[in-house]
Amino acid sequence: MSTKPRRSGITDETPWVKWLLTGTALTFIGLFLLVPLVSVFAEALNKGWELYLAALVDDDALSAIKLTLVTAAIAIPLNLTFGVAAAWAIAKFDFKGKSLLVTLIDLPFSVSPVVAGLVYVLLFGSHGWFGPWLEENDIKIIFAVPGIVLATLFVTFPFVARELIPLMEAQGSDEEQAAMVLGASGWQTFWRVTLPNIKWGLLYGVILANARAMGEFGAVSVVSGHIRGMTNTIPLHVEILYNEYNFVGAFACASILALLALVTLALKSWVEWKAERDTEAARAAANAE
Amino acid sequence: MKTRLFALLPALLLSSHLVQADATLLNVSYDVMRDFYKDYNPAFQKYWKGKTGEKVVVQQSHGGSSPQARSVIEGLQADVVTMNQHSDIDAIAERGKQLPTNWATRLPNNASPFTSLQVLIVRKGNPKGIKDWNDLTRPGVNVVIPNPKTAGNGRYTYLAAWGYALKQPGGNEQKAREFVAALFRNVPVLDTGGRGATTTFMQRNIGDVLVTFENEAEMIAREFGRGRFEVVYPSISIEAELPVSVVDKVVDKKGTRKQAEEYLKYLWSPEGQTVAAQNYLRPRDKAVFAKYAKQFPSVKLFTVNDLGGWKAIGQKHFNDRAIYDQIAAANAKKK
Repeated sequence: MSTKPRRSGITDETPWVKWLLTGTALTFIGLFLLVPLVSVFAEALNKGWELYLAALVDDDALSAIKLTLVTAAIAIPLNLTFGVAAAWAIAKFDFKGKSLLVTLIDLPFSVSPVVAGLVYVLLFGSHGWFGPWLEENDIKIIFAVPGIVLATLFVTFPFVARELIPLMEAQGSDEEQAAMVLGASGWQTFWRVTLPNIKWGLLYGVILANARAMGEFGAVSVVSGHIRGMTNTIPLHVEILYNEYNFVGAFACASILALLALVTLALKSWVEWKAERDTEAARAAANAE
Repeated sequence: MKTRLFALLPALLLSSHLVQADATLLNVSYDVMRDFYKDYNPAFQKYWKGKTGEKVVVQQSHGGSSPQARSVIEGLQADVVTMNQHSDIDAIAERGKQLPTNWATRLPNNASPFTSLQVLIVRKGNPKGIKDWNDLTRPGVNVVIPNPKTAGNGRYTYLAAWGYALKQPGGNEQKAREFVAALFRNVPVLDTGGRGATTTFMQRNIGDVLVTFENEAEMIAREFGRGRFEVVYPSISIEAELPVSVVDKVVDKKGTRKQAEEYLKYLWSPEGQTVAAQNYLRPRDKAVFAKYAKQFPSVKLFTVNDLGGWKAIGQKHFNDRAIYDQIAAANAKKK
């Protein structure tokens, strides 16, 4: 540390204010993020690696991991398609009811996940609107995989669209118009012009949606039925193990979710860094011309 | 990255061995019964295979008793339900119409193959000198009970305290009400289920007394070690009947009535009763009970029917704005 305070450009606060603020932020992050995260792994490895691994290759745990992956593998591509279509429509075109559509897309953010799950029970449960018809035709939606996918779709609905709309609005539609004028078809314009422009934002949205899809508890809990080895996702399985006093198992499965969060974080930083580099390169190219 | 993930999926799909079964039963049960059925299901499978040559797979679903009943009403395809209070199965009969309202008469002992009772669990050495229900109302004693609005476990505790107060010399409804109110003033946390309450008491170290089922006390001993707590049997307690029933609408549709009925009947067999006793559930079978009598101290018991039965109890105590709500509201004001 030099004795002479070096003041970084924008503000000219005294050093102790700077250190106090940084210190507070770091303490807060340490207490509320790092300590719990470490404790998850500490509890999981409490009784050694062997038990940890045994807890993960347990039949019920494997089926929970499988169901979680399958759910995400169905929900994310669907939300990606929808998100791109919605963002495209909203950012590039003007139509009646546009603000209503934006509000509807945001709805899952403001609705409690438990309510989101209950909505599907009310629709597809035995006493719901479609319940009797579904039962007659022997179609299972809630308390089965389709219900879990639906609930996950609902809670991850806004992520991709929300990420893309501001980006696409900022980019405007000049490039698309130019492409059209030069004779490109709608698809060509989308694949060659729009998609390359939004790819980083799109990836960012997908990563966030995926993290939420795998970690969702409330909505899925309501529609799952908690059948062991059948309709438990990882978060539900963690709760069950915890209630069985199987703390090693519970935290071992929780550590998978924590690892997923860390991977998500790393991917997210990488995407942000990549996107920034891309814009800088584009700017440099534009300046050079 | 993406291709690798998709390469992994089929591998995972295959890894869950699809058990070739002749019949699959779904047993929708409450929270703390998982240990019992973990032992009972293999015993039944062996028995059924020996008797009919058929392989039957039993799937389990566990959660709070009332939410589980709710799920069955909404269409969870349970072949059998195994709950901790009659009112939960009554709800399935009345609201879901998935089984007849006289379900409790279809099996012996009010359709309850075993019973339990509410006991007091205190910290090692019983530092607060807890001996009976009246010690729980002393100031400075913290009691952990799950919420009677959501947990059968909590309801039994509430009713046990109510019954105790009624049966004291000079006891009457007014005094019982004051007694229960004083007891719930000493409750620092109301967990939603029995397991949550145990975790609060043992894991988070909150409270001086945990009131829960006798069989849950044994689970605590197995998991947390016997040296950390003591079980106190009160002078009088409530007998908790743990009823079971086939869900007619489901088994008739699936064609599993035969297996489902036998699955429940086998609970009354000497084997089933022994598994119950080993899990500290009080068996109905006299011979099995005698064999395990050492682990079941005799306690004076009263039943839910002594207090008027679940229907009357629900209306009087647990429905919205009934006595429990009034007590909770008054206690909240005093705090």
